Amino acid sequence: MTILDIQTRFQAIHGAAVTETAHSKHGVHLDVTVTPDRIPDSARLMEEAQYTLEAITGVDWLTEKQIEILYDYTSYASGTRIAVRTRVPRDNPEVATICTLHPGANWHERETHDFFGVKFAGHPELTPLLLPEDADFHPLRKDYGT
Amino acid sequence: MSLEAQTIHRETFVINLGPQHPATHGVLRIKLTMDGEYIYDAEPVIGYGHRMHEKMGENRTYAKYLPNTARMDYVAAMFNTHGYVCAVERLAGITVPERAEYIRVITAELNRLASHLLWAGAFLIDLGGFTPLLYTFDDREQILDLLESVTGARLTFCYYRFGGVCNDVDDEFVAGTRQFISRLRSRMPMYHALVTKNIIFRKRCEGIGPITAADCRRYGATGPVLRGAGVAYDVRKAEPYSIYPKLDFNVPVYPESDCMARYLVRMDEIVESMRIIEQALDQMPAGPVMAEKVPKFLKPPKGECYFNVESARGSFGVRAISDGTDKAYRLKLRSPCFSNLSLFQECSRGMLLADALALLGSLDLVIPDIDR
Amino acid sequence: MTINNEFILEIVRLVLYAVGLIAFAAFNAAYLSLLERKIPSWFQLRYGPKEVGWWGLLQPVADGLKLLTKQLLVQRGADVVLFKLAPVMVVIPAIMCLATIPFSETIVARNLNLGLLVIFSFSAIHVIGTMLGGWASYNKYASIAAARVVAQNIAYEIPLLLVMVALVMVTHSFNLHTIVDQQAGGFWHWNVLRLSASPLMPVAFIIYFICMLAESNRAPFDMVEAESELIAGAFTEYSGMGFGLFFIAEYANIVVGCALGTILFLGGWHCPFNLLPGLHWFLIKMYFLCFTVIWVRWSFPRTQFYGLLNLSWKVLIPVALAHLMITAIMLKLV
Repeated sequence: MTILDIQTRFQAIHGAAVTETAHSKHGVHLDVTVTPDRIPDSARLMEEAQYTLEAITGVDWLTEKQIEILYDYTSYASGTRIAVRTRVPRDNPEVATICTLHPGANWHERETHDFFGVKFAGHPELTPLLLPEDADFHPLRKDYGT
Repeated sequence: MSLEAQTIHRETFVINLGPQHPATHGVLRIKLTMDGEYIYDAEPVIGYGHRMHEKMGENRTYAKYLPNTARMDYVAAMFNTHGYVCAVERLAGITVPERAEYIRVITAELNRLASHLLWAGAFLIDLGGFTPLLYTFDDREQILDLLESVTGARLTFCYYRFGGVCNDVDDEFVAGTRQFISRLRSRMPMYHALVTKNIIFRKRCEGIGPITAADCRRYGATGPVLRGAGVAYDVRKAEPYSIYPKLDFNVPVYPESDCMARYLVRMDEIVESMRIIEQALDQMPAGPVMAEKVPKFLKPPKGECYFNVESARGSFGVRAISDGTDKAYRLKLRSPCFSNLSLFQECSRGMLLADALALLGSLDLVIPDIDR
Repeated sequence: MTINNEFILEIVRLVLYAVGLIAFAAFNAAYLSLLERKIPSWFQLRYGPKEVGWWGLLQPVADGLKLLTKQLLVQRGADVVLFKLAPVMVVIPAIMCLATIPFSETIVARNLNLGLLVIFSFSAIHVIGTMLGGWASYNKYASIAAARVVAQNIAYEIPLLLVMVALVMVTHSFNLHTIVDQQAGGFWHWNVLRLSASPLMPVAFIIYFICMLAESNRAPFDMVEAESELIAGAFTEYSGMGFGLFFIAEYANIVVGCALGTILFLGGWHCPFNLLPGLHWFLIKMYFLCFTVIWVRWSFPRTQFYGLLNLSWKVLIPVALAHLMITAIMLKLV
């Protein structure tokens, strides 16, 4: 699938906003914003296009009361990089898991859950990965410690 | 022996590999459910060295975070600093003078050499051959001496700054590096004769620990693990950065996907790094090593960017999100060993314990890089 | 039995030999352990132990003192009797084997007509000792090692015995003294070059050497105590002198194996050029074999377990059987 095909397929997803970005400025070739319920669709598209999930990042936007979850995909064949992002409300951050499609997401989702408290619905074992087994705090939240 | 095909009830027992164990290269715990000598399930438990580097990134100014970057993957510390520095430079729009780029590439490739030499020695120790470690460490000592003369550190380098490097290199460094490269080149046949052609080593590595390209793609494994599975993906060629486009080097790829392939990829990468260093030393221009007018307290404009470099272990990525202040709003570190280890659980099913340890050794893990 | 001078002399002789053998075994264990650290330092471009005593010669004394001062721990749940019996069961057979080995024309503790058979019987006991030690430790790593040691030692006993049987067919005697006497003269009379008995004699010596390495659990056959996998294998739970006894046993086994190799294949105390036979030649040859054992340990990686067993069952046993056949045929024809 060429990058143009991927762009069209992304635009076909309901509620998606696709922007082409300059790699030399932002490090990604395509930036896609979707609604949280469309994350499995985007993951399925990336899996069909033979893209690899490299990282899942969480960002805590305290003033906007949202947590942003960023999925970084890259293609080993073409070197193209795509960032898919979504925002969930801070009080109840929940998004469906993609670890059935991308098994690498298993650990990344556990790590994001550790740091931000984001619940990945359908994840087989959302226990702390880096924090101690009995940790119930989420350190990377901006209001942690106050 | 296929565990799925057995219908007889087998008694399995749980054994802990680690967190203190000679073969796990750091504090890694693997909960093994064993059926005799065969592994039924291997679950890595990490987090013993977790220091919350990402939170520290939010609490320190950009410059104060520079020493932190070297403490993650301390064996190949230059790459981590390189990724972080370039990410922030991309955010702030700082251009680096050419001489500084060349120096960065030379020191980074020297660090790659040191990292691969250490890995080769440690991998052999995992397999039971103690002597090659001392030979690779002998070569690595010379690299560390060279890097110490320039950066002041032997392991955790804090050499790059935003806009360039902090000291210039002198003629002694250049001459010493050339001399070292010719010496290492003459020693490579010795390593191949002693290790690569040894029948016991070949039996321990050929056909052992298969990690296919599909596994790598599903788990996000990069670096020699991916190239040993036949996929020619190297960040220096796929998303070129610094002055790599000007240098002529190959990316070694071996399709066999076993431990031997990963070993050969790293040995060939040593040779390729030596070529890169020689070319860079030849092409290096004179000039400043630091960009002008870089503010002391860097305040990049609001925005975010991603930068990844080809570390000795894989693709190390930094995502920096800035909100206009002198501290990062979010600093995400994408560590290569994290993704490389995540495939261990699936790939080690049904293997013998000794083979699984050979597989673990060939993944080239540095646990603090996973735990950050 | 009359108690007269001869009887008392015999008792004194026995006591002297017993003490001498134990001292020989312990002294060898101590200084082989020093050599084990000095020889690799020559290969690995470093010094070995050099602080304690000139050239590190007091290092084994320091190690021994350290082991003696440690508390002997027994894990809760371990079988105490077997746990404490295991090191003893491993050390005593090694020292017993030394009782029948002739060091020179006149120096032998007990010149038994069935000396070779006695050595075989005793050298098979240490397997049980290691296995019991591993099992009685109540430690999963040790149990795995115990299972491995049994499989490995059983596999490597067989080629060893086959090679020995072929040799006995040629020498017509189990008496070690007689076997060495047949090798008098120059090195062309040594059993390793006795091609008139069988053209595969040098191969038989190599098989013997490999089996000796495997029986003493030395690298590259040290699956039992594979350090990077099982920590210390069967001996993980032993501390202090318990571990020290296993240590002594390992080196005593090496000494017995090398001494036996010297006697059976390399001519015992006879000079290679028929000049001055004596104890010194025996010691030179035996220590040369010990050096080779240490050399091999530090040069090669470890085999996998199935590689180890495959080597024995699929390579060494067929070759040893072929050697036996050829020896028998040549015995009949020549």
